[in-house]
Amino acid sequence: MAAKFELKPGAATREAFGKALMELGKKNPNVVALDADLSKSTMSAGFAKEFPDRFIECGIAEANMVAIGAGLASAGKIPFAASFSAFLLNKGFEQLRVTAAFPNVNLKVVGTHSGISIGEDGPSQMSVEDLSLACSLPGFTVLCPADEVSMMRLMHAAAEHVGPVFIRAGRAKVPVIYGSDQEFTIGKAVTLMNGADVTLIATGLLVAEAIRAAETLAAEGISARVLDFHTIKPLDRDAIAKAARETGAIVVAEEHLVDGGLGVRVAQVVAETSPVPMEFVGVQNTYAESATPEQLIDKYGLLARDVAAAARRVLKRKR
Amino acid sequence: MQKTSDPVALAAIAKRMRRTAMEMITAAKSGHPGGSLSIAEIVVTMYFDVLRHDPANPKWKDRDRFILSKGHCCPILYAVMAECGYCPKESLNTLRKLGSIYQGHPDVRFIPALEASTGSLGLGLSLGLGMALSAKLDKSPARTYVVLGDGEIQEGQIWEAAMFGSFHKVDNVLAIVDSNKIQLDGFVKDILDLEPLGDKWRSFGWHVIDVDGHDIPALQAAFAEAAATKGKPTCILANTIKGKGVSFMENNPKFHGAAPSADEFQKAMQELA
Repeated sequence: MAAKFELKPGAATREAFGKALMELGKKNPNVVALDADLSKSTMSAGFAKEFPDRFIECGIAEANMVAIGAGLASAGKIPFAASFSAFLLNKGFEQLRVTAAFPNVNLKVVGTHSGISIGEDGPSQMSVEDLSLACSLPGFTVLCPADEVSMMRLMHAAAEHVGPVFIRAGRAKVPVIYGSDQEFTIGKAVTLMNGADVTLIATGLLVAEAIRAAETLAAEGISARVLDFHTIKPLDRDAIAKAARETGAIVVAEEHLVDGGLGVRVAQVVAETSPVPMEFVGVQNTYAESATPEQLIDKYGLLARDVAAAARRVLKRKR
Repeated sequence: MQKTSDPVALAAIAKRMRRTAMEMITAAKSGHPGGSLSIAEIVVTMYFDVLRHDPANPKWKDRDRFILSKGHCCPILYAVMAECGYCPKESLNTLRKLGSIYQGHPDVRFIPALEASTGSLGLGLSLGLGMALSAKLDKSPARTYVVLGDGEIQEGQIWEAAMFGSFHKVDNVLAIVDSNKIQLDGFVKDILDLEPLGDKWRSFGWHVIDVDGHDIPALQAAFAEAAATKGKPTCILANTIKGKGVSFMENNPKFHGAAPSADEFQKAMQELA
């Protein structure tokens, strides 16, 4: 039966990124960081202060930053280049493709302020396409941690992984899901709650919402499995196939456009393994607007309420 | 390989490399002869005189690095790298064919001794800056050389990189602009004029050296001046002739990206004899 979760208030994943970057800087002299005039927001500023020689301020020129990072990686460094996801992935995409993915260099790119939960700054700063773009790059590993603990651990895993990695971080504070002893493996989903009737597959901000949704559903007598897909690529195919086989219905929830995100990637594996009904929770075919993060995730349907409703819908379609 | 600083010997190698590049492009029936011919002296002087490199140890940490940012002109680079012993000479004429390591644009997956995969224009200077910064962090004497096309520097990222290079005083990087005045659609001055080009680089904080890109002693002097210039990066504006060495290709936009016919190939080889 589902364990009762206690979601305590926690830090933003960008804050955990900043802390992990400092740890990595202490641990490995080959770790360098790059930023494009947003270090106070991405939280790479701590690293910049602690290791000024290994911090490269690129100014507002993301394309140049990504290719400089690729050059550093080609010469043996482990560079972490950070900016808002919207700028990093969109302005730096050609550089991610030709200078990082194509020659398979050891560059790590960290996109903060992802999704719509950045709030008041509005849609030009919001990134709702980044997972789709990053996953389209052959050889890239794509990570989307849900809380501070998983961000810290996965930053270390990313540094140890040889090859290009995109790490997605958020601006908003998010609940702590994991105990400090939780282990994470790139490409291996974490089963947060066991269940037999339906599986809720979530990533990033939506993981906590999926846990809350599962608790609501439990009160209605529906047993929901909750999986944290902190790795979007490579996808944990076994966990998906097992969920499809054992629960017969799947909901995927993400703070990303439903086109091209985790949902469609999971659906591909479901279609290839055990086809079952699916529902998708995410940003629909639109850009959001300025408002508080809370108002936005409510208006654009990214709450536990929306995940639970999708679960009820998918159960009606279950054979 | 035998390195040399003798301009006569280097000129003879350059002529041979031009012939090899023409053979490769003709065999492939496609490619970019004009811009390969315009950089023959630059690439040969680099690999046979200036670069600190070791074909027996291509991943030597302190080696100098050479990036052909104008990747479409790779036939001349492949010819020179094969001559140095980095890759096999006997398969050069498989250029652009299925299974060949000699890809249409440089690809490190096929030739690990290449420093960068290029082909999409505008990326190489940023890559070179990253490699040069890495050398500075490691207190390595390694220098990084980046050959840019003149048409290529219409790309905005070149100027992001130019701004960065001077601000961060990356004096172990050298940009060489192959100023052959022609791009695919025609003459640079008619497509998107770059002049005053030297003033542009100077205003971005670079030390600029104007040189005849086919004059080997002048190139050698320019490379030495660049190495001695501290506190700012250097840009060599190499004035070159597109298609240099083959009369009917010289200054002819047609041969930016078209292989010679069988007859044209015979004529070209006679001129390059």
